[in-house]
Amino acid sequence: MPDATGLELLAQEIGEPALGTLHFRGKGTLIVDPGSIRGVLQTLKGKGFEFLSSVHGVDYYPEEPRLGVHYELIDMDKVDRICVKLRVGTDAPNVPSVTPDWPGANHQEREVFDMFGVVFDGHPNMRRILMPEDYEGHPQRRDFPIGGEPVLFTADEAKGDAYTMDV
Amino acid sequence: MSTTDYDHRQVEESITMAPLGRQVSENVHDELLTLNFGPHHPATHGVLRILVTLEGEVVRDLEPIIGYVHTGIEKTAEDKSYWKAIPVMERMDYLAYYFNAMAFCGAVETLAEVEVPKRAQYLRVIHMELNRIMSHLVWLGTSCLDLGAISMFWYGFRERERILDLFEQSSGQRMHTRYIQVGGVIEDIPLGFEEKLRQFIAVMPERVDQYEALLDRNEIVLQRLRHTCAVDAQTLLDLGVTGPLLRAAGVPWDLRKATPYSSYDDFDFKVPVGTIGDNYDRFAVRLKEMRQSVRIIEQAIDGLPEGPWITDDRKVALPPRHELATSMEALIHHFKLVTEGFRVPPGEVYYPIEGPRGEYGVFLRSDGSSKPARVHMRDPSFVNLQATKAMVQDSYIADLIATLAMMDPVLGGIDR
Repeated sequence: MPDATGLELLAQEIGEPALGTLHFRGKGTLIVDPGSIRGVLQTLKGKGFEFLSSVHGVDYYPEEPRLGVHYELIDMDKVDRICVKLRVGTDAPNVPSVTPDWPGANHQEREVFDMFGVVFDGHPNMRRILMPEDYEGHPQRRDFPIGGEPVLFTADEAKGDAYTMDV
Repeated sequence: MSTTDYDHRQVEESITMAPLGRQVSENVHDELLTLNFGPHHPATHGVLRILVTLEGEVVRDLEPIIGYVHTGIEKTAEDKSYWKAIPVMERMDYLAYYFNAMAFCGAVETLAEVEVPKRAQYLRVIHMELNRIMSHLVWLGTSCLDLGAISMFWYGFRERERILDLFEQSSGQRMHTRYIQVGGVIEDIPLGFEEKLRQFIAVMPERVDQYEALLDRNEIVLQRLRHTCAVDAQTLLDLGVTGPLLRAAGVPWDLRKATPYSSYDDFDFKVPVGTIGDNYDRFAVRLKEMRQSVRIIEQAIDGLPEGPWITDDRKVALPPRHELATSMEALIHHFKLVTEGFRVPPGEVYYPIEGPRGEYGVFLRSDGSSKPARVHMRDPSFVNLQATKAMVQDSYIADLIATLAMMDPVLGGIDR
């Protein structure tokens, strides 16, 4: 993990797009501007963080901007980790995709899109991955209710629309 | 002509086959065939569906389609207090329940700054390594089944049964044991466990020898595995692949060595790596890993320190049962824990560990309440699955089955 000083240096090097740094529980985090994520990750890749381990989606409801995307990067030579975070609002949840640089982000960005509705521009296949294709809504958002899932059993089909739970 | 209004092709429309450059040739043998492989197919190790485009017997393109066993575990966990979320987290990757629990509990402990006693760390290591052997045995049995060798399945499951018996002895459950708790483990190992464990680790290296005698010198197995579907290390790194698949290509990346957690730095073990990253290397690396796991267990049980097996921080761990009868304070703590759970300071952490398939990492966000605001499991099978195309493209369909077997995807972990 880059220490607090190393993290500040890194943030200075990235310059404008770096909105802030965070050192929490022994781990460094860069907070960046969503539009420049590809450039930032490229810079970090040049610094040795060549392995994109994972992409996580978060919903910060009721805070604004609501949605967050986290990228976990590993430097396998120096055995170092860094996290890059960005925040976007639900009105324009567009983030440039890093799949062209890291093909491994493909499934994970699709999952974030599926669960939170963050649209990754430039992704080769921006479709739902875990939920059915015709599904409406993004179930991991905090305001999406648990148990709001209508289930249609064959036996109830004749009842029409009344098959759903009484919600 | 179709008898229903249901047009299958239209349903598949969203699955793009664009890069194929499809042309129907005059010669019928040049034509490409799109085949739906799964989701209910025994060789897919679960409900994995693969859309394969074949030219004769050669795979030209494939796309894995997943989500058939998506159960919303992460959403469910958000509705449970931290310690009640452990059982649902365990059910993600159903062959690696100790690892799921460890990744989750590790993340909670990091966030809440809970110290785990040394004995608990060793007990966790013993159980995780047993789980690793167990998972590799299931992989070995089922993947040899895919290659047409049925006897290996029985041998593999014979040893797996011994491990499950050990799990049953220490936790009462054979699967989804909920043994690992926030702050330690639920109970100390019972009388007789050590003896049974020692019997097992004495016999296991011998058994691995037997598996090797059965498979590693078997001409049919070697022909199926050697020099098939090799992928170089750089491609795998770009695809985010971790675990035995990456090590098979010669990258010695193992989180137990790189960033030791739970006292893994106390033990002496090797990280087996392959050379060219073909199916044989993937097979050989896992077999060697089983031997190393036995070594770790041996050292852990020999050096098992005395002391408590769970933290004495009553804010996160239940008080011992006998205290409830005499201590009012213990009763209050018990009541608070069971009803509300414990609160975790706000923040975000990512806690990665090395599981049987690669990096299991839990991303955890707390908003200060007693329930997690977001839990996300970085499941290795989910990420590794993307490498299927890189591995299988332009090889035979029989190699697709062998590669899928050697990749060892667990669909419960992929779909969560």
